[in-house]
Amino acid sequence: MGFQLLKLKETVDFMKWRFPAMIFSTVLIIGSIVSLGVNQLNWGLDFTGGTLIEVGYEQSADLEAVRTIMLDAGYTDAMVQNFGSSQDVLIRLAPREGVKAVEIGDQVLATLRADGTKVDMRRIEFVGPNVGDELTEQGGLAMLAALICILIYVAMRFEYRFALGSVAALGHDVILTLGLFSVLQLEFDLTVLAAVLAVIGYSLNDTIVVSDRIRENFRKIRKAEPVEIINISLTQTLNRTIITSLTTVLVLTALFYKGGALIHGFATALLFGVIVGTYSSVYIASAVGLALGISRDDLIPTEIIKEGEDQDPV
Amino acid sequence: MLNKTPFWKYILVIFVVAITALYAMPNIYGEDHAIQISASNNAFVSEELKTSIEVALKDEGIAIKRIELENERILVRLLDSDTQLVARELIDSKLDNDDYVVAMNLAPDTPDWLDALGASPMKLGLDLRGGVHFLMEVDMNSATTKAYEDVVGDFKLQLREERIFYRTVIQNPDSVDVVFRDGEMLEKAQFYLRNQFRDLSITERDDLTLRAAFLEVRLAEIRDAAVSQNVTIIRSRINQLGVAEPLVQKQGQERIVVQLPGIQDTAKAKEILNATATLEFRMLDEKSDVRDALRGRAPAGSEVIYHKNGQPYLLKKQVMLTGSHIIDANSGVDQYGVPNVSIDLDSKGGAKWSQATKENIKKPMATVFIEYKTTGERDIDGKLVFEKKEDIISVATIQAQLGSSFQISGLDSPTEARELALLLRAGALIAPIQIVEERTVGPSLGKENIQLGMTAIIWGLAAVLVFMLIYYRAFGVIANIALLLNLVMIVGIMSMIPGATLTLPGMAGIVLTVGMAVDANVLIFERIREELRDGRSPQQAIHFGYDNAFSTILDANITTFIAGLILFAVGTGPIKGFSITLMIGIATSMFTAIVVSRVLVNSIWGGKRVTKLAI
Repeated sequence: MGFQLLKLKETVDFMKWRFPAMIFSTVLIIGSIVSLGVNQLNWGLDFTGGTLIEVGYEQSADLEAVRTIMLDAGYTDAMVQNFGSSQDVLIRLAPREGVKAVEIGDQVLATLRADGTKVDMRRIEFVGPNVGDELTEQGGLAMLAALICILIYVAMRFEYRFALGSVAALGHDVILTLGLFSVLQLEFDLTVLAAVLAVIGYSLNDTIVVSDRIRENFRKIRKAEPVEIINISLTQTLNRTIITSLTTVLVLTALFYKGGALIHGFATALLFGVIVGTYSSVYIASAVGLALGISRDDLIPTEIIKEGEDQDPV
Repeated sequence: MLNKTPFWKYILVIFVVAITALYAMPNIYGEDHAIQISASNNAFVSEELKTSIEVALKDEGIAIKRIELENERILVRLLDSDTQLVARELIDSKLDNDDYVVAMNLAPDTPDWLDALGASPMKLGLDLRGGVHFLMEVDMNSATTKAYEDVVGDFKLQLREERIFYRTVIQNPDSVDVVFRDGEMLEKAQFYLRNQFRDLSITERDDLTLRAAFLEVRLAEIRDAAVSQNVTIIRSRINQLGVAEPLVQKQGQERIVVQLPGIQDTAKAKEILNATATLEFRMLDEKSDVRDALRGRAPAGSEVIYHKNGQPYLLKKQVMLTGSHIIDANSGVDQYGVPNVSIDLDSKGGAKWSQATKENIKKPMATVFIEYKTTGERDIDGKLVFEKKEDIISVATIQAQLGSSFQISGLDSPTEARELALLLRAGALIAPIQIVEERTVGPSLGKENIQLGMTAIIWGLAAVLVFMLIYYRAFGVIANIALLLNLVMIVGIMSMIPGATLTLPGMAGIVLTVGMAVDANVLIFERIREELRDGRSPQQAIHFGYDNAFSTILDANITTFIAGLILFAVGTGPIKGFSITLMIGIATSMFTAIVVSRVLVNSIWGGKRVTKLAI
């Protein structure tokens, strides 16, 4: 056999730490919720509506000059910042009650080009305020729908305690990820929302693998307390959990550093989500299941049909 | 013997991999900058046209890669985007704008034999190839208002014809009230109208009033018609812009998505799309003086409207015909070379028109062009408020009784005639539209996004490949082959599905898939290691490793798939792109990690004596 990350001869007593872990998570969740309440999310253009113009200069852009130009042209609420590189400038305007909201983008470009500077139009986005509201609604709905569908599937495949445990883990991951975006005031746009939903998928993936092993061990090991079974299962799956998290973190790091500024929020949400998801599948899902009283009796009657058994063992 | 692959499984794997790889191939050949020339109404593209374009380009010293004539369009393939711009301008100036649509395009350079198999490269989203995305909202209030206006007219006309006397007909926002003098007439009217107007619900109210409102079914029809009409009109307007693969699609109940890939001049696009308009033909009021009217003494039934050139006219309020009856309008010249516009009406409009012109021969008639422009404000329902802006675009004398085909003359120039024809064609809009969302990506950013996405995929892939190789050695090689095949399959399937587009978040989805796809193999390999630790023979370890991991992998992937499905259902644009790659990635990674890797493992270690596994 090749080398292994952890050579565990003995079962690790994960559950010994479940109460400190619970407290730790509760504190983080409360912190996130408070921050979401106080700081709220830094909603991106997709949700707030407004206009965003990204322009490219041939040399490093003089932000102050751009701000002055914008101010002189009457765009008093213009937010001007670099985006990705020093040559790229992002200008953001709040939604305004004007006759030609759609034409603002082109007007701004014309203003910037007025003195003969070569300005490359990289992107213009305009979102009407109504559309923004709808997207927010849709986004919330999507997350809720995802959680409910997954709850139903896991409850059908396993048992309702597992389902509640895994959904608790998902909720935990989503709240903490949103909390991170709130605390750091990172921009929350549509791609980040997609990332959060992908975090749900990933975290669940992890939780299912652990739950599957717990169920298997309940059947295999007859004389053991639920706590022990969970510890054994977590120990057995630990290598896999770490390796998969590692490969995922590897690709996400590549995405974060190489994928460009547009995808930063997406990569950040997923990186954080994957790490939290790994932790929650160990502590939240199992601990909640345990607290709800998982026992062998609940799992024995459901005989699952083994698939892929087209050959007989020798 | 353990771990032998049945023959059919080899065939299946080879077949699936070969097919997806084949359809992934066009992506290697890339795309050419091209000019696409297609004919509009009255023209054809021919070999002669192709030759003349070829000659014209050669004369200007523009190098072309290839020129093709197929599917009723000419495709000129050029070497780079700069020559594309020059070539487009040249071709545009050579051809008559009314007859041909000249558009810039990225044409896939797929070899003929792949083309024959129906293989084509992945479609790139607007964030990768550059272009404009608009979301437009149709003003439904004005569509229903208009429909009620028709009801008022019909009521008046038909009640009069039936000699049912009424006091007045009032138009409300969501209904029409008819007020009567006595109960007898009301009864008669109620009976008559109920029979005649099946799509209206007619209720009797107090004080001798009948109230008519559209049934919900009819309202839905009106809304539907307003949207579809706008879709049709936008499509025809976009042809003027010269976009190779425009997308105009209804979204939800009252919105329209417009996507114009590769367009450079977004300001012009918006102007053309935003120019919502309707038309009315009305008689001049010659009995009163326009100067009196300007002083505020306009006679009842008339109003002052200004000509485009600033001159005021006194027009009768009664509309002889609305633009909604116009089927087609074209500019041309008469036998004396004077520019004119010929108009075709639908049959209902033709009958109305014939009657109206008969009564008004030798009298002047005005064509009023009505535009709706948004004030930028919204009403309580959050809908945009539109303002009506009326202009007279032409005043002409009716020479004879006219039918459903007639001409307007008295135009100053062919350009004016062309513009009027265009306005008339667009003039049939039932309901104005407004852009509520815009996303424009410049071509440079699009290219950069592809570059960044590719770099991220390559780095992520390389990291995972190296890790798996070090950690699982021989089995790592198997996992890596599975992973690479997985990528090929994702690309192949994305290219096969007609509606799938690759977006930047989609590329991020591929990166994520690369990281998560190895999970299935990690699960299996860890399981094999466990079995080995438990003292099983290598063959048994492989067998039980794969078997025991299967249901776990299935459960884990199905739940992620559910998340992807929900993203697909509620997401729009880039999010949809992400969910598509995510879902395809899940499906293909299950196949490669479980089936393909097993076939490989079996063919290497299966069916023979193995004492040690390199895992």
